[in-house]
Amino acid sequence: MARIGVFICWCGENIARTVDVKRATEEVEQIPGVRFAIDYKYMCSDPGQTMVRDKIIAERLQGLVIASCSPHMHMKTFRAAAKAAGLNPYLVEMANIREHCSWVHQNREEATAKAVELIRLAVGKVIQDKPLDAIKVPLTKRALVIGAGVAGIQASLDIAEAGHEVVLVEREPSIGGKMAGLSETFPTLDCSQCILTPRMVETGQHPNIKLYTWSEIESVDGSVGNFTVTIRKKARYIDMSKCTGCGECWNKCPMSKTLNDFDYGLSKRKAIYLAFPQAVPARPVIDKNACTKLKTGKCGICAKVCAAGAINYEDQDEIVTEQVGAIVVATGYKLYSIGQEQDNEKYTGYGEYGYGKYPDVIDALQFERLSSASGPTGGEIRRPSDGAVPKSVVFIACVGSRDPAKGVSYCSKICCMYTAKHTMLYKHKVHEGTAHVFYMDIRAGGKNYDEFVRRAIEKDGAKYYRGRVSKITEENGKLIVRAADTLAGVPVTIEADMVVLASAMLPSTGATELAQKLKVGYDEYGFLSESHPKLRPVETNSAGVFICGACHGPKDIPEAVAQASAAAGKVQVMFARNELTRDPEIAKINEQNCAACYACVRTCPYNAIEKAEIRDRQGNLVKMTARVNPGLCMGCGTCVAVCPSKSADIDGFSESQIYEMIKNL
Amino acid sequence: MEVTPVGADKFAGTSIENCYQCGKCTAGCPLADQMDVTPNQLFRLVQLGEVEKAARCGAIWLCVSCFTCTGRCPQSVECVEIIDALREYAAEHDCAPPDLQRIILFQKAFLDNIRRNGRINELELIRDFKTKGFLQDLSLPLLMKDALLAPKLMQRGKFHLTSEKAKDRELVGRIFARCTGTHAEGATS
Amino acid sequence: MSRFGYYPGCALHGSSNDFEASVRACMKTLEVELGELNDWICCGATAAHSINHTLSLALPGRNLGIAERDGFTDLLAPCPMCSMELIKTKNALTESAALRKEISDIVETPVTGATEVINLIQIFQRVGLDRIQAAVKKPLESISAACYYGCLLTRPPRTVAFDDPDQPRSMETVLAALGAKSVEWNYATECCGAGMTLSREETVLNLTNKIITNAKAHGANCLVVACPMCHVNLDMKQGAVEQAHGVKHDMPVYYLSDLVGLALGLSERELAVNRHFVRAGVHAAPKTVA
Repeated sequence: MARIGVFICWCGENIARTVDVKRATEEVEQIPGVRFAIDYKYMCSDPGQTMVRDKIIAERLQGLVIASCSPHMHMKTFRAAAKAAGLNPYLVEMANIREHCSWVHQNREEATAKAVELIRLAVGKVIQDKPLDAIKVPLTKRALVIGAGVAGIQASLDIAEAGHEVVLVEREPSIGGKMAGLSETFPTLDCSQCILTPRMVETGQHPNIKLYTWSEIESVDGSVGNFTVTIRKKARYIDMSKCTGCGECWNKCPMSKTLNDFDYGLSKRKAIYLAFPQAVPARPVIDKNACTKLKTGKCGICAKVCAAGAINYEDQDEIVTEQVGAIVVATGYKLYSIGQEQDNEKYTGYGEYGYGKYPDVIDALQFERLSSASGPTGGEIRRPSDGAVPKSVVFIACVGSRDPAKGVSYCSKICCMYTAKHTMLYKHKVHEGTAHVFYMDIRAGGKNYDEFVRRAIEKDGAKYYRGRVSKITEENGKLIVRAADTLAGVPVTIEADMVVLASAMLPSTGATELAQKLKVGYDEYGFLSESHPKLRPVETNSAGVFICGACHGPKDIPEAVAQASAAAGKVQVMFARNELTRDPEIAKINEQNCAACYACVRTCPYNAIEKAEIRDRQGNLVKMTARVNPGLCMGCGTCVAVCPSKSADIDGFSESQIYEMIKNL
Repeated sequence: MEVTPVGADKFAGTSIENCYQCGKCTAGCPLADQMDVTPNQLFRLVQLGEVEKAARCGAIWLCVSCFTCTGRCPQSVECVEIIDALREYAAEHDCAPPDLQRIILFQKAFLDNIRRNGRINELELIRDFKTKGFLQDLSLPLLMKDALLAPKLMQRGKFHLTSEKAKDRELVGRIFARCTGTHAEGATS
Repeated sequence: MSRFGYYPGCALHGSSNDFEASVRACMKTLEVELGELNDWICCGATAAHSINHTLSLALPGRNLGIAERDGFTDLLAPCPMCSMELIKTKNALTESAALRKEISDIVETPVTGATEVINLIQIFQRVGLDRIQAAVKKPLESISAACYYGCLLTRPPRTVAFDDPDQPRSMETVLAALGAKSVEWNYATECCGAGMTLSREETVLNLTNKIITNAKAHGANCLVVACPMCHVNLDMKQGAVEQAHGVKHDMPVYYLSDLVGLALGLSERELAVNRHFVRAGVHAAPKTVA
């Protein structure tokens, strides 16, 4: 007869309120194989764990069932307790009588009966458990950081400073991300570029950082500790080793009609261009869709003027691979598209605001460029249509945000703050101008944030109206903004010279595809999911993959930077060890029985099963078989389900254990 | 304690609970500047269960059902349906403001016209309405104004003096009777 | 020859009979057979949905029932008020079996909401703009139209699900097939206030004046509508607008079918264009109004 101990937890009131723990304990003691059952108010507490350890020794237990919360919460805790008392940690099972029982039922009778059933199943399973050893995995102490905005830069520098190598991949020609294009930042109004560019230079020069710009992630294989990352280096048409960044090429390039995406279309750029003056690396790139030489074979001026001979029209995309042990995702955000062009069928844009139709209706990032000293107007606020200084500017908050009908239902969090900042920047430059703001609520939670908004209203005289704008039309060179002032209870019409729309924050293009490559979860909008919203905020459910910045959800610079350092900290914790251990609950093939049909090889989502040969001592082929690579198997069980000869099974989760559980029901 | 306000069932399916008072309805309404309360204020009253108070507002009778509010509402509130429900409530409980009674009268005359003819007979409708509206508020210019247009319309063949009617008018009468139940709206025939 | 159910509605059989003449002439030329619903009744319009919710579903429901009974899968309702009411009822019926039962009982004919209700622009799309373009005899080169959609062609968007409610393009696309130009302007979907004609005339004249003025300011030499109520407001009331605001607009207002018909070679008389209040002759005699 097995010697199984059952420990039933009250979880304070969480379980005991609905489950009659005392009665459950009495009933469980009758289950064959159960040596004893015992209840306690907090089994996870120190006295609780001590009791578990003492009982293992005193009763010479062969297995434990902890009936409490989810194994996600405390499996580790109780396995550690078992190990400390000399019991193999994989001889511990948990019956989840909280999430699966007390939290979802009201009827005490029924809930108690169900709790007993759940424990009975777990007893059935634990009797068949076999001692297992954790799998040891070697660790590559080298990190990949995807995205080189302020979050990616922060994470890279932190990890690099700790002495580990970092591979930093950025798909744009320069690092810097959105922050490099901002004017001044709230709530201090310090210049964005002034604080970011030194960090960019540091990143570009750091001996521990290997920088791939104009590059994208093709695929990611392997698992925690040992990822193989395939990177596509897009053809830049520049030999980076020869180029000196002198600027002759882009100065002489005759093609100047392409919209400059760094200025969000407010200026034009050449076909060969430097992303922006402070770009890192300070090397140009040729836009193959704009370059006459690449399109028609004519021109070639840049190659002629390049003294270093760095122009290479024959350049091709290049695929490289890198080995890393941990990955930090910092892919950032983009703005919701207000016009009619959408890349997601859920979003409709705002035809009523005339973005794209009226040139003086712009979005918030465009306004950042207009007020930036490095922007298309040299920092003077001049409207795009005719370059006039606008005397009346309307700022509209919540465009796309908090709008389930046309956009997203969440609050983009930073718009209240940057809109207040925009009114200040505007008023500081156009003293006689009027800044009108239409908002729904002012959300300015943060150190010195609300004070900042009040300053915009009280000191700089921004006019705030609580209400949304319904429509913008153009008449006689004025933008007619029709809105409501819900506090006064009247409709309001404002004749504006320029309108700035605070567009919602969305995850950047391609974030979900990348998440799929990394096997990281994401929400309905494409923001990457953290492992636990409070306790594991930068971890993901894919071991070894961490997230930071706006790829996780709307956030401002301070938050993105804090999170980036947190992710870097997690990587350093991982790299502080010399090897990793993994739970051994993985698949195993009965190779004698395997018919070598390879259904498992084809269906394994982790490519963890390979074709193998069994040979005798003379080297003659005995038979073919499938074989599991324990380094890659995640124990998902797909192979068990598809195997027609029942040769695949999972250690610690065998088919016979599951049958036993069903039988016990 | 939950109290179900009078007439609350009329707002089922309108998503009135979703309204977060952004005011976009008011912002786009072509008549908001002439209303005694703005559309978002009307919806607030309904949210608070003040149905009768909302139904007494003149605003509901100024609404032209252009659906600009419904179309742009970020919370997909069926704004016009709420106003319809308020108008229905006001007509049933006779609580429209006196100066706007004639709009109800017109709409009742309109429905009465359909009930009798199956289709709208424009001349008869204008006659009915003008007679009643005239008696109600002595608006002589109103009576005269469209009468002056009539010859022009006829000149262009735009009025049929012998009006068209549906053939099965008894069926139309039965449909009306079933829909209006015990309280036949403005039946005068 | 394609065949569609046809629901004219009261306006087209009343003072907007010029619209009906235009639609019918056009459809005949395009070889579209219109089967007028046998003994149709009024859709109830705003009055029904203001006064009695059940009635606002029963009246259109009766007509949908007739269409189903007579085997029409598609039903043309050129008046946007009628088509909106029909679509609203169709949607409500499709969603609820209980309502289907209730309305079928009230209107004494089984009705399921299966009929597809289409507006005037959609019927041209169904015929095919390529086909129309190929059939054009007199390209409308002198036309610079401001396409006016008004309220109910595109609203409420969740109900009618037609075109972009704020920046619609479907009429412009039809005009392009006719060789006509259309202008970018700002009032394409603003309300003209037709529903207020009897109660707030000054408001109506004000809204209408803004629409015509804006069209003119953007270089339009005519307005194009697909709604009888808009036409009444913009055409018949234009004299009153001019009087009230002390301006002279002289802005012709065409139905979309007028322009299709004219391009296909039909005469003003056949299309009843000669019965509009503001003389609509810009299609023949080019002139610039700007």
